[in-house]
Amino acid sequence: MVRKQYKKGKVVGVNGNMVSVRYETTVIQNEVAYVLTGNCRLKGEVIRVRGEEADLQIFEDTRDIKIGDGVEFSGELLSLQLGPGLLTKVFDGLQNPLPKLAEQAGFFLQRGLYLDPLDREQQWAFTPQVQVGAVVSAGDAVGTVPEGLFQHRIMVPFAWPGTWQVVWIAPTSYLTVDNVVARLSNGREERQMTMVQSWPVKIPIDAYRKKHLPVDPLVTQIRVIDTFFPVAKGGTFCVPGPFGAGKTVLQHSLSRYSEVDVVIMAACGERAGEVVEVLTEFPELEDPRTGRSLMDRTIIICNTSSMPVAARETSIYTSVTLAEYYRQMGLHVLLLADSTSRWAQALREMSGRLEEIPGEEAFPAYLETRIAGFYERAGLVELNDASFGSITIGGAVSPAGGNFEEPVTQGTLKVVGGFLGLSRDRANARRYPAINPLDSWSKYHPVVPSQKVRRARTVLQQGNDINQMMKVVGEEGTPVEDFTLFLKSEFLDSVYLQQNSFDAIDAACSAERQNYLFEKVLGVIEGQFDLASHGEARSFFQNLRQLFIDWHYTPWDSGEFRAAESRIDELLAAKRRS
Amino acid sequence: MKKFYHHIVQISGNVITVLAPNVPYYSLAEVVSDQGTSLAQVIRLDGDRVSLQVFAGSRGIATDSRVRFLGHPMRVSASANLLGRVFNGSGEPRDAGPPLSDNQIEIGGPSVNPSRRIVPRNMIRTGLPMIDLFNTLVESQKLPIFSSAGEPYNDLLARIAMQAEVDLILVGGMGLKYDDYLFFHQTLEKHGALSRSILFIHTASDPVVECLLVPDMALAVAEHFAVNENKRVLVLLTDMTNFCDAMKEIAITMEQIPSNRGYPGDLYSQLASRYEKAVDFEGAGSITVLAVTTMPGDDVTHPVPDNTGYITEGQFYLKQGRIEPFGSLSRLKQQVNDATRSDHRALMDTMIRLYADFREAQEKRAMGFRVSEWDTKLLKYGDLFEARMMDLSVNIPLEKALDLGWTTLAECFEPAETGIKSDLIAQYWPKAQ
Repeated sequence: MVRKQYKKGKVVGVNGNMVSVRYETTVIQNEVAYVLTGNCRLKGEVIRVRGEEADLQIFEDTRDIKIGDGVEFSGELLSLQLGPGLLTKVFDGLQNPLPKLAEQAGFFLQRGLYLDPLDREQQWAFTPQVQVGAVVSAGDAVGTVPEGLFQHRIMVPFAWPGTWQVVWIAPTSYLTVDNVVARLSNGREERQMTMVQSWPVKIPIDAYRKKHLPVDPLVTQIRVIDTFFPVAKGGTFCVPGPFGAGKTVLQHSLSRYSEVDVVIMAACGERAGEVVEVLTEFPELEDPRTGRSLMDRTIIICNTSSMPVAARETSIYTSVTLAEYYRQMGLHVLLLADSTSRWAQALREMSGRLEEIPGEEAFPAYLETRIAGFYERAGLVELNDASFGSITIGGAVSPAGGNFEEPVTQGTLKVVGGFLGLSRDRANARRYPAINPLDSWSKYHPVVPSQKVRRARTVLQQGNDINQMMKVVGEEGTPVEDFTLFLKSEFLDSVYLQQNSFDAIDAACSAERQNYLFEKVLGVIEGQFDLASHGEARSFFQNLRQLFIDWHYTPWDSGEFRAAESRIDELLAAKRRS
Repeated sequence: MKKFYHHIVQISGNVITVLAPNVPYYSLAEVVSDQGTSLAQVIRLDGDRVSLQVFAGSRGIATDSRVRFLGHPMRVSASANLLGRVFNGSGEPRDAGPPLSDNQIEIGGPSVNPSRRIVPRNMIRTGLPMIDLFNTLVESQKLPIFSSAGEPYNDLLARIAMQAEVDLILVGGMGLKYDDYLFFHQTLEKHGALSRSILFIHTASDPVVECLLVPDMALAVAEHFAVNENKRVLVLLTDMTNFCDAMKEIAITMEQIPSNRGYPGDLYSQLASRYEKAVDFEGAGSITVLAVTTMPGDDVTHPVPDNTGYITEGQFYLKQGRIEPFGSLSRLKQQVNDATRSDHRALMDTMIRLYADFREAQEKRAMGFRVSEWDTKLLKYGDLFEARMMDLSVNIPLEKALDLGWTTLAECFEPAETGIKSDLIAQYWPKAQ
């Protein structure tokens, strides 16, 4: 390849990870530039231009940079390499493959070392899908290669404007990502396309026909979500919660059991240890829908808390751009970002260095539009070939002090379709997943009839009210009727809302099973029973709870399942008021 | 490079600005004034204006004081010669020994590649049932002790350090009272652990900039011993709230925009870059970090404990001289407590659940509601639990603690009332005499 001609500049100031540069010719906002210091080439991005100086945020430690050090401007916005071979990979926020970095640099990350995200040697089995003379436009597939479970579509680059005619197409053959697969002409010029295209991370990919309203539920197999606070394919939701409330375990459950084609996990400014657990476990776990390893449908973007802050800001965009790329293939993608608060903090740090006028809690004034811009990249789209693809975004939020009245949580609540608020009280009481059933909400459709869900929620609300009252008047001051209602809401909580994510069977509850179970639970909480005293009511519901929990641990529709169910039915029949 | 610069154009807080060309960012300089020589670090470059943070403070610096740039960032000597020694935040000896300069390494190095980390797998035994049994400490864990002023957190830290099975202990003291420093030194000496310890101590009366360097110094040395000498290193940091307050003080004198209660916006990243140094190296040693975070006003939502909680792998709450069973959490315990003894997990869950019920019964009694027979059993159990498990003077190995747990349950309850699986009951429930 011919070495590019770079525009030049010189360093005139350094403040933390912000470097001011005097440029020679021209400069583009958000273009990538490199600072040459010692024998390192440090990547950065232009974030402000004032007069003859451009301010760069450097994605690395800036130590040893001197005044007068050379700078090269690339003329390109910060972009990703999109092509086959992204699935199963672990990248940092700038799409550097971390395992390959480790091979070269050992235990520690090495400053200024950037590696190719795609394997340039690997041969892919290319099958053409169009013939010479066909007319195509941006986003249309000219051929496919098998990648893991899918046919990976090789698409006309999303940035190519207008329509193109296929002049030549590669025959069925083994090719590397850099081999030419087609030549296209728009009547004025002829271009070659390979399997790789690059796309700037901060611009949404829009090579589709139109966006649709998300309707179909995304089954997560977590009861409290699917039944009470559902998520739609193409929808958005947020999971705010204080530390220790189980955000991480919930995110891991979502990434394992959600019924989607591709899962992208963005570990943004969180503990490295959590990523390690995913990296160790996922290759061993089997995806029950496909029988293959869970890692086969997963991409991890890992910019943990001790890695450079500027790259943390980018990692969110990197992950959503990868999600859009796979969506363009007609796949349903789930993007889990943990945590968007750390991303917002990265924005805040940079804003402080730029000496911008701060907004609430020193977050920049543009925080809300940035959050909205991120979540708006979710959605259900109809592609050019009339197939559908979707991106569902779930963002964890880590509010300071667990207080939801802070800018990031509030900015997020405005733009999401579901709010799964985690509560410290529920977590302390070991009621997992600790999603607060009274505060949370969702605008999407549940997997069971929503009319029935409303009835169940009423019971939860009433039970809560009675519980409040009992704290004042004591158990003996509460009528048996009310006490029974309270026990019913506790029963609903412990056998339906709570779920053991460490049990192989209970961890995942299919939509079918949820419907069946919900019907049974509703029968209990709306049933009338002969219960004479507080003590009798308590022990009845305790026994019932035990039977339901045993039932959860039996495989769906098995012999044990039916045996456990008949024990429940017996107990219910014995006490049901005639 | 060994040239002196005289033209100091600004002195503000601990930061001086000198005119000098060709200075590498983040490198060190020596500032010589009538008050003596101090190290300083480049924290901002703007044309030929170089802003330096002076470690010993700017008092007594004249506009024509001499500044000599060393051309390299902060370094610390890392070798076996450090064992048993005490240094200050600039790496100078605090004891009578000679200054050290062999094997200089840079502090604040890059972070570990996440793909080279491994899932932690070794338990660290401390002899405290509240830790070993209920919130097991794991090698390579980062764990703070949340407490308020007046709690015996330094005693607890010292006790864990004495009893933990590690090769090397690093103590990073920040804003310590001089008494506390002497306490650590004497405790280590008394138990014969000083020869495998290295202390970096910043006392409350030392210059505030040195406070910021202490964790980086200690962790850089820890990293050296873990990676190059395969040592299992325990790093004790006390008190991280002082470290954060030092950061706040400097950020505000630097006219940075504060984010929450005066703390700088990068508090989380700054804490994370220290705590994340805790790691288990495949084929080499490990670093475990235990820190003290005092909660101003006993408020866990204060920015320092709050940000810390999001970074660390759990926390111990120290309240009224005891480790609280609720809120205290070791996120890594499930990595190791399946391999200790078959009853460990079940006993841990059951005893905590019953203790929670005890608290409710206690509340009921305090409010004057009728106490049932079941409540009476719980009240007896709760008192025994507090005396046998929670008291910090208890010092027994895990296996003894498990046995004691069974004894306690048997003294208070019938087997069926505990809700423990029948096969475990059959195996471990004490037989009637």
